[in-house]
Amino acid sequence: MTTSTVDVKAPEQAPPPAPAPGRRRRFAVHFAHYKWLYLLLLPGVIYFAVFRYAPMYGVSIAFKDYVPFLGVNASPWVGFQHFQDFFSNPDFGRLLGNTLILAFLNLGIAFPLTIVLALLLNEVRLSILKRTVQTLVYIPHFLSWTIVASLSFLLFALDFGPLFLFINSVLGTDIDFLSDPAWFRPLIVLQEIWKNTGWGTIIFLAALATVDQDQYEAAIIDGAGRFRRVWHITLPGIRSTIIVMLILAIGQMLNTGFEQIYLMTNALNRDVADVFDTYVYFVGITQGAYSYSTAVGLFKSLVGIVLIFGTNALAKRFNQSGLF
Amino acid sequence: MKIHNTTGGRIFDAANYVFLALIGVLTLLPFVYVFAGSFATDAEITRRAFFVWPEQFSLGAYEYIFSTPAFIRALVTTVLVTAVGTVVQLILTVTMAYPLAKRNLRGRQLILSLVVFAMVFSGGMIPTFLLIKDLGLLNSYWALILPAAINPFSLIIIKNFFQELPAELEESAKMDGATEIGILWRILLPLSKPVLATFALFYAVGIWNDFMSPLLYLSDNSKWTLQMYLRQVTASSDLLGAGNVDPNYIPPEQGIKFAVIVVATLPILIFYPFLQKHFAKGMLIGSVKG
Repeated sequence: MTTSTVDVKAPEQAPPPAPAPGRRRRFAVHFAHYKWLYLLLLPGVIYFAVFRYAPMYGVSIAFKDYVPFLGVNASPWVGFQHFQDFFSNPDFGRLLGNTLILAFLNLGIAFPLTIVLALLLNEVRLSILKRTVQTLVYIPHFLSWTIVASLSFLLFALDFGPLFLFINSVLGTDIDFLSDPAWFRPLIVLQEIWKNTGWGTIIFLAALATVDQDQYEAAIIDGAGRFRRVWHITLPGIRSTIIVMLILAIGQMLNTGFEQIYLMTNALNRDVADVFDTYVYFVGITQGAYSYSTAVGLFKSLVGIVLIFGTNALAKRFNQSGLF
Repeated sequence: MKIHNTTGGRIFDAANYVFLALIGVLTLLPFVYVFAGSFATDAEITRRAFFVWPEQFSLGAYEYIFSTPAFIRALVTTVLVTAVGTVVQLILTVTMAYPLAKRNLRGRQLILSLVVFAMVFSGGMIPTFLLIKDLGLLNSYWALILPAAINPFSLIIIKNFFQELPAELEESAKMDGATEIGILWRILLPLSKPVLATFALFYAVGIWNDFMSPLLYLSDNSKWTLQMYLRQVTASSDLLGAGNVDPNYIPPEQGIKFAVIVVATLPILIFYPFLQKHFAKGMLIGSVKG
């Protein structure tokens, strides 16, 4: 083996220190050796460059006055003009209010319900019942918002929808749930609960499965009842999962779900229905105010990032394991 | 474990079982109503508050929608876009995941960081719309497929899966002179069939259900997908524009809504058992690690 001719590729074998040209050379060798892998990587890299990173660069139009025929680069800079316009616009307060109210309703109602449902499912010893219920409650997650909205239109249809008739007969009222602004938010939260509560339990059920079973035995011997076991063992056992999911949920707070809100918005409930996401669409796409609506979208993303880091820092301060 | 030893515990269990069963049924009830309604006459839909079985069985709604060109076009379009889109998205994801699973590949860390960053921050609706417009993809079906072609989460999960396959498999194939692409095609892909099937289904469901992309990118209503059509039908009652129908024929207006919802839901329900078999597993593998 070692009876080698002298011109074996020495630089490749030689240990560092490697000067810059040698490094380049070695990279060329590395590249040549893995050329098929780099070739496979190429389409994906192009995808990320074009469809993920080019739009991020396009965000710069939030600080410009975008003129379609000039393009993103040549359009003139205007600084924070669009942000100032947005913050001084009376729409701003209304949008922020609508978005936050929906976010807190979802966080305050849908989020705890997910945990409650997971806890109830976790108490079930009859595995066929558990599996059947799980199978059923996961289904709505896979349906489109179009279908959820359409089902709502039929169930609450004026004068003949089953839920229209049922709720009105119970309350003794004559409410048109689909156009009454007061019922917009309850309807949105109801849809959210129906669609995603079941699916949301998956992660909590996985966490519940890891809770130490010996602790339950010990608690039973100590005479702890069902609810005390849940309170003192189960809930602390999944605390870190709850906190992580809460941080994620808070980070997503301003993402009210464009499709859902858009589909449920109509001329009558517009005042309470408009949120940042749909506003960006209406002002940007239908009215063509591209720069202004990009600024609104950017503001929303930035607040989301601040929220996620803020909650994470808060969780850490209270000595909980954060997300990162 | 002796959990059922108290009366209180038994009462709780019984109540819990009943409650959960009720939740399960309530979740399903809207479908049952819509399914039953799609086979009922309009008169029955308006007369009866709620039913799970039509008194008078009617195929009128289905006959009507399946003789409506706009509906058939939307259905065929959606099936084709979903099929092509799923294949394209899966190929792009797998070909990118495989090189990224090679720990010694240079530039890998940089690309992975960029992928993770793309999960956190995105350009948003308007810049993406302008990009699609500049690429000349408005009113093209590619606009429904390409912008979401690689889901960063799926990419990382598939990458991790490839990484965890035993290295000896590849090494012995390399001894036999297989190329990298040969290894991917003949060894890794057959091994990862269940995982890939799961992600194919997720991609397919995503395209089938997508409403925002066609809303943003397809202004030409002859190109509409099923979700757009469904929106049109259920949101307004002056529907369909019905060019090719007998002018004296009064369509079962309510029934049509029910039937279109059923057609849009059915494929998801049919594929759901396959999805369910894998998703819990897939989700857990997915606890993203570097």
